Amino acid sequence: MILFIALPIVSIFVQSLFIQHEQVLVVAESCGPFGCKESTAIDLEATEQLRKEAPLGKFNGLGTYANRSHLAFDEIGEAWANTDTFGEFVNEVGDLPFYDALKFTLSYTFIVTPLVLILGMAVAVGVNNLPRVLRGVAIFVSLLPFLVTPLVGSLILFWMVDGDGVIGASIQYIFNDPNLSLKASTALMWFMLMVYGVWHTLPFSFITFYAGLQTVPIDTLESAQIDGASNWQRLIYVVVPHLMPLVTFVTLMLIMDNLRVFEPIVSFSAEAHARSISWIIFNDLRESGNPLYGSAGATSLITIFLVVILMMPVLIRTWHDFTRNSHLGPEHGD
Amino acid sequence: MATKANSRMTPLKLFSYTMVALWLIIAAFPFLWTFWGSFKVQADFLSKADWMNAISGTNTIAQTGSAFTGQGYYGAWIDEEFWFNFKNTSIVVFFTVVISLTFGTLGGYALARSGFRYAFWILMAALVFRAMPHITLVSGYLVWFFEWNVWGILPTTIIVLVAINQPFTLWMLHSFFKNIPKDMDESAMVDGCTRFQAFWHVIVPVMWPGVITTGLFSFLLAYNDFTVTVMLLSEENETIIPAINSFMGTTQIEGKVMNAVAAVVSTTAPLFVLILFFQRQIVSGLTAGAVKG
Repeated sequence: MILFIALPIVSIFVQSLFIQHEQVLVVAESCGPFGCKESTAIDLEATEQLRKEAPLGKFNGLGTYANRSHLAFDEIGEAWANTDTFGEFVNEVGDLPFYDALKFTLSYTFIVTPLVLILGMAVAVGVNNLPRVLRGVAIFVSLLPFLVTPLVGSLILFWMVDGDGVIGASIQYIFNDPNLSLKASTALMWFMLMVYGVWHTLPFSFITFYAGLQTVPIDTLESAQIDGASNWQRLIYVVVPHLMPLVTFVTLMLIMDNLRVFEPIVSFSAEAHARSISWIIFNDLRESGNPLYGSAGATSLITIFLVVILMMPVLIRTWHDFTRNSHLGPEHGD
Repeated sequence: MATKANSRMTPLKLFSYTMVALWLIIAAFPFLWTFWGSFKVQADFLSKADWMNAISGTNTIAQTGSAFTGQGYYGAWIDEEFWFNFKNTSIVVFFTVVISLTFGTLGGYALARSGFRYAFWILMAALVFRAMPHITLVSGYLVWFFEWNVWGILPTTIIVLVAINQPFTLWMLHSFFKNIPKDMDESAMVDGCTRFQAFWHVIVPVMWPGVITTGLFSFLLAYNDFTVTVMLLSEENETIIPAINSFMGTTQIEGKVMNAVAAVVSTTAPLFVLILFFQRQIVSGLTAGAVKG
């Protein structure tokens, strides 16, 4: 486990300190009847040699972290100095590649997660009220969007919402605008990616909450009813508090999954409008012929750092729960 | 316990039924639509003029003479050689599941019986692996795989998938073995079994429910993976998911979108069957982590 978790992290850290080699240039002077000309050519052999000797590239220290495609300290400082209002500053920073991706990833996470929590709870309560025969069918249908391969699931949706697809064409018809399409509109693209996110992850929160609903104590529900609580009040004051630990768990899982949003962007060919952090790492590595390991490594490390910060509250809570439980003896250990 | 008060229709209930109905339609419709459309020609599947075409198959009848056509499937499986990618996927998935279950059962059993408090650290490792975008890990492996000349082949991918999967497998099986009473294997050992005999004759016969559940999730991880396979496999070793991605680009240009549609439907079919047979295990696996803490 150490081999496969710790080593890659060390490896990307090391990679991030280097940048790729510059190509070796040779200047040759060729003299002809009309005088001498200097021409510059790439010495392929020497470049190859250099790459072989030091596959990581040239040592660059923390330079990669600070450059324009990552944390971009200089550009931010400049933007801060050159803009008058805070809004303008945010705009300027939002155009830098890393912050652009960060903007999308965070908006995606913090819009999709609460939506999925609330809708998942609503569906779970609904299914719980259904007759027993129908529950199995409902769960079966719900599992499909969750377990389908993300790339494939998003492709299925993409064909439907694309300009020629059934939903896309309907949207054009409703708004009476034949040019309205996913590929042309950033807002629509963001919206559709988030719709996909909700569609794909809602089953997870639904199933977890549904399982939790089976454990709600009936006595408490009945005593609330005798005390005159309405259905709605029972839901809010009895059921939801009982499910609170599950809400924490689901939130944690959802945040982790949403932060690494990647496949829908590939399927929707959304890179012109929306890029996530995972996507820019992928793009660096795919840089044909000459992958930018340094750049990918730097972005990866920043991402890991970000994930740790976002998850810190939950991790601390788990640690507390765990140490508290362990005082009860080994039987209650987990 | 259905009392009269419980079965009365209230606005709240009506609202929740509507929610469920709406969700079920949203969940199922894209699959039905794509499945139905995969037997049509492109002019019908992506019909701008009239969406009814996709249902009735007007252009399909005009082009092929029948309302259903297998052209897309023929194109995908024969012309694009999708069966070859399918074979690769089978190899990757089979070995990933077998290897992670072997290590998972042995390791999980040992951890569950050792008495030390490993559980927290396994849980943490499982969480870390879930939290980190897989691409960050892959970018760590990539340079070295190129250096060692093991990039692009199936075994490397299998090892990486097993590694990513292992903390989760260990954790699931660890909590499963914890629920099997210690008395069982201890009494076998009192009767003269060695530790391994006790495991083999006493624990193995009762462990299958937990192993099947864990195996299902390993299967899903390996089958659904795009990030690892697209980065680590060369073109001739591609599995189905990166293959779909790569011929998305080419088919779009050649107007052969239907091949991709057929490939997508073929990819979803095994998952559909899986859910049909193992729904109970999948649900219990999904909620095991949550309910047990």
